[in-house]
Amino acid sequence: MSNSSTIIDQVQQVNGGEAGATSGAFPNTSVQTSDSPILQIRDFNVQAGDTRILKDIHLDIPKGKITVLLGPSGCGKTTLLKCLNRLSDLHPSLKVKGQILIDGEDIFHPTQDLTTIRQKMGLLSQRPFPLPMSIYKNIAYGLKIKGIRDKKVVKEKVEKHLRDVGLWEEVKDRLHGPAARLSIGQQQRLCLARGLAVGPEIILADEPTSALDPISSRKIEEEFLRLKEDYTLIVVTHILRQAKRLADHIVFMYFGEIIEQGTPDEIFNHPKSDILKQYLQSGH
Amino acid sequence: MQKRKLLEEQFFLWLMRIVTLSIILVFLFIMGVIIKKGYHAMSWEMISQEPQGGFYFGKGGGILNAIVGSLYLAAGSTFCALLLGLPVALGMNVHWVTKTKFVGAIRFLLNALWGVPSIVFGAFGFALMAYLQIRASLLAGIITVTLFIVPIFIRAFDEVLRTVPQGLMEAAYSLGANRTQIAFIVFFRQALPGFITAILLAFGRGIGDAASVLFTAGYTDHIPQTVQDPTATLPLAIFFQLSSPIPEVKARAYAAALILTAIILIISLVSRLSTRRFKKNIL
Ligand SMILES: Nc1ncnc2c1ncn2[C@@H]1O[C@H](COP(=O)(O)OP(=O)(O)OP(=O)(O)O)[C@@H](O)[C@H]1O
Ligand SMILES: [Mg+2]
Repeated sequence: MSNSSTIIDQVQQVNGGEAGATSGAFPNTSVQTSDSPILQIRDFNVQAGDTRILKDIHLDIPKGKITVLLGPSGCGKTTLLKCLNRLSDLHPSLKVKGQILIDGEDIFHPTQDLTTIRQKMGLLSQRPFPLPMSIYKNIAYGLKIKGIRDKKVVKEKVEKHLRDVGLWEEVKDRLHGPAARLSIGQQQRLCLARGLAVGPEIILADEPTSALDPISSRKIEEEFLRLKEDYTLIVVTHILRQAKRLADHIVFMYFGEIIEQGTPDEIFNHPKSDILKQYLQSGH
Repeated sequence: MQKRKLLEEQFFLWLMRIVTLSIILVFLFIMGVIIKKGYHAMSWEMISQEPQGGFYFGKGGGILNAIVGSLYLAAGSTFCALLLGLPVALGMNVHWVTKTKFVGAIRFLLNALWGVPSIVFGAFGFALMAYLQIRASLLAGIITVTLFIVPIFIRAFDEVLRTVPQGLMEAAYSLGANRTQIAFIVFFRQALPGFITAILLAFGRGIGDAASVLFTAGYTDHIPQTVQDPTATLPLAIFFQLSSPIPEVKARAYAAALILTAIILIISLVSRLSTRRFKKNIL
């Protein structure tokens, strides 16, 4: 986490929207190799019946960075994310082969404790799903699962995480009101706060802004750029401009395979494969 | 084109209005008949007293025995159906959710049981009584009615649970919740209004069914003191009195029907109002 304040990061944060476009000027190609990856995905295959959804995925996720997954619909981005916190267990039709190592430990090892694994990864889904309880309890719930019950500590943490996502001022007067009454954008930020409260190392975000208006989307993006100080983020998006704004590292997938990966500059300005070139053209 | 569309819309609008209206009319008609035929016989005595000597020939007394008996029976069997059914319904949607074939088989069986007429459950309960060596009693009635309403309760609650969004479940799992926490805290809260509706449905079917209690619960003029006593029930009170040639007694059958309907209406009203509180948190 201490390595997260490199010059490149700072420039990107200051520059905000234009960061992606200008980052090519900096030699951050070496970032990935010099950092120790937080996640190592090795020979990873997912199959449903006879169709292979993910094929021989080999990927390192750099710590303290934002990795963006790009690719056309149905290429397996969501499936990959769900495997990372083993939500794939809920789908018996999915057959998983290979390894995903977090801090050197295999996520799919039979003796792995699911709760620990899932608490290391906060998931932000396409649509917000607040728990059917009050705003306050939504965040306190994760803390309770972690065994934090001291009222004072819980209260502090709820406030801290709501502030982290910029929601505190908006909801501080109705903390005990139902979370379902918040706007969709607010709900999404609440879900982010809820995920943060569990104390994850990695945040998985699956098209986190696709249900949001531009302003709410921007808020989430700003949040992400702030969060990478302390967390590693993996973000799936279909919005190329968003990928440019956010990404330190981009992975392009196509039909379950990783076709290309690299810095935003490499991917957007110097794509190598024809598939990626086509994708970028159609995507604008 | 435009005009045709408008016509079509008008047609279906009116069709809907007519159908809705006729349903309301049928309901009012039924209520009207029951009230018209039963209200002479309605009195405080009717709902506050057990039958006196000669009651079935038109003399004094009331059907408190059947009212209380029915409430005991329906409450008891709804409670048992809940104990049996809740784990099954939650299990089908949380714990065994990955075992699609197994869950599919359970659903199939429950659907089949739902379709079995209550008289069959009555006959089964009767056979069970002989096997367990218990006589017609509140207990035997509760066992039989429980068997009858448990598939109704599970299927109704299951339908509600299936509408709980997958994303909500995944969100809770992502926080590290285990299955039991998900079942109770997340699912149950989300589905609470539906849960209450399911209980109500089971209760309504239980209190209104005559065939399942005909051989199993017996009939008596007294309020049962223990579960081993036989008990009167409202459907049978209606049944027996309606077959009487004496007009006063016939009228009492309608009064009993009125009481039965009123009980069901009151219970649904109360539960609707009480679920309103819980609805606010639902997605
Ligand atoms: N449980 C499952 N059983 C069978 N097939 C599945 C299952 N889950 C996903 N798939 C298939 O795997 C493929 C990849 O799906 P996935 O949701 O990962 O795509 P995606 O890249 O996230 O697409 P999108 O951008 O549209 O969200 C699709 O063809 C999908 O039909
Ligand atoms: Mg997806």
